[in-house]
Amino acid sequence: MKSRLKIISPTGHLGFAPMKLESFRIGLKENPDYICADSGSDDIGPKPLGSDTQASPVKWQEHDLEHILLATRQLNIPMIIGSACDTGTNRGVDLYVNIIKKLARKHNLPRFKLACIYSQQSKDVILEKLKNGIEIPGLDGRPPLTEEDVKKTDNIVAVMGVHPIIQALEAGADVIICGRSSDVAIFAAPAIKEGFPKGLAYYLGKVLECASFCAEPYMGKESVLGIITHEDIKVRALHPDARCTVASVSSHAMYERANPFYEYFVGGRLNMTHCKYEQYDYKTTRITGPVFEPAEKYYVKLEGAGKVGERYFGIAGIRDPYTLENLDKVLEWARNEVKAEFGDTGYQLHFHVFGRNGVMEELEPLKYITPHEVGIVVEGVAPTAEMAEMITMTATRQIFYARLPEVKGTAGTCAYLIDEVLKGSPAYMWTIHHIMPVDTPTEPFKINYLEV
Amino acid sequence: MNNMRTRRKEMRLVELAKTIRSKNAGPDRITFDIIFQDKEHYELVKKSQVINKQQIAKLFGIDESRITDLVEFDPANAIKFTIARRHPSGSPGESDTFGSQQYPPLYNIKVPIQ
Repeated sequence: MKSRLKIISPTGHLGFAPMKLESFRIGLKENPDYICADSGSDDIGPKPLGSDTQASPVKWQEHDLEHILLATRQLNIPMIIGSACDTGTNRGVDLYVNIIKKLARKHNLPRFKLACIYSQQSKDVILEKLKNGIEIPGLDGRPPLTEEDVKKTDNIVAVMGVHPIIQALEAGADVIICGRSSDVAIFAAPAIKEGFPKGLAYYLGKVLECASFCAEPYMGKESVLGIITHEDIKVRALHPDARCTVASVSSHAMYERANPFYEYFVGGRLNMTHCKYEQYDYKTTRITGPVFEPAEKYYVKLEGAGKVGERYFGIAGIRDPYTLENLDKVLEWARNEVKAEFGDTGYQLHFHVFGRNGVMEELEPLKYITPHEVGIVVEGVAPTAEMAEMITMTATRQIFYARLPEVKGTAGTCAYLIDEVLKGSPAYMWTIHHIMPVDTPTEPFKINYLEV
Repeated sequence: MNNMRTRRKEMRLVELAKTIRSKNAGPDRITFDIIFQDKEHYELVKKSQVINKQQIAKLFGIDESRITDLVEFDPANAIKFTIARRHPSGSPGESDTFGSQQYPPLYNIKVPIQ
């Protein structure tokens, strides 16, 4: 059994911006045992999953994959990529597999074994489970999944834990391309497979998942090195000017999480309540004390997004102080003109009033003050592009014709940046954010092996 | 900070914190982190109890039930809280897909320093 394992995390979201190479090359000299990177995020909004498209240019994704592939093949160590192409749909996995094949030919690499783990779920299978009375609980206060939710959804992925990845490693895979996966799992899987304690293994994943975001000063896309032993985890910043400090590592534990003490994944959770952080050396922080708590049942998280409608945008500016004092009346006028033509339902119309509360909307404490100018982005969403265009055009034009009794500027109540409306990409929505009970933690996932 | 204590009775949170930020925590939540440079600043704000559910709800004009978590995280000298979004991130009508610009009202929270 190995006494320690070294894993490099070169980027927190593969392809979102190209990874930086200096710190990566420094890391390669440390003789790592694995290089792992996740490409996923649900920060990017529901559109990439709903429309099954990528959030980042393929060129950047190829850039990162090329450097990781060449380095791991040269060192003869495995590479693990999670959540292929932002969302981890089957299309994303296939895209990455084709990129890997192309790169192998381009660089004339010796033969290696590639595993791809698919995690996209068929709507029919989920609907069947609901029909059979299986409850799929909601996360973050959402009610249990309904047939209606599934019907509103275009694409669903299940988020894998360590189990299918460990299976692929045991089968001898050199390169593993995963569909949607928990960022923690792609780092924890090799550590658990090599026999390290689960609590430490999952914490290793937790701290490495965003690469240099656990270091300071703030730098994106720089590599960090994680070292796990049977007693502790050490995490070291590889960039010459960066350090992993107690402050930077511990504050990363709470990044993008409602609760910094627990991290949930398939088969249990990580309890970080009793974690101890110490400055090991100038660039390295040592962590002890994370505890793995197994769950009684296996649940797999499901993510789903669906199209709401076609979308157009209009842009209008207002400078007249009297009009600004009566801004809500202006917007009400424009909305009523839309209602008169299209009725109350079957579409969405939103006014984003930049300069007042365009950024924070309902949460803005200063939404009642009168600014000296505002920019209004009109957003119209409807089942067809024609209808969305007409709704947005009607609302934008009627801001110009708003009827206010004492207005002095009788030649128009707004300024147009452009006198047209712009076609936006369709609007999508996160329709599924739930956890599905499964008999085994590998059930929703399918592994294929290829010789490249 | 000691010099200021003699002259002023309270300070704004922005003067005391090293980091104040907001970000999505999944599609339905926005989480806020207030991180302090050292234990002294952290303990001062923690003991003052000015960051509480009632105050946060009042500041953002929302019902207290929408504040899902409020935790003090000693290892990072941080106080963090989380609120439920009105609609999931990126839905039509939503204005901050990443939830990354919702923190500025926290700057002006008054912290007693005596």
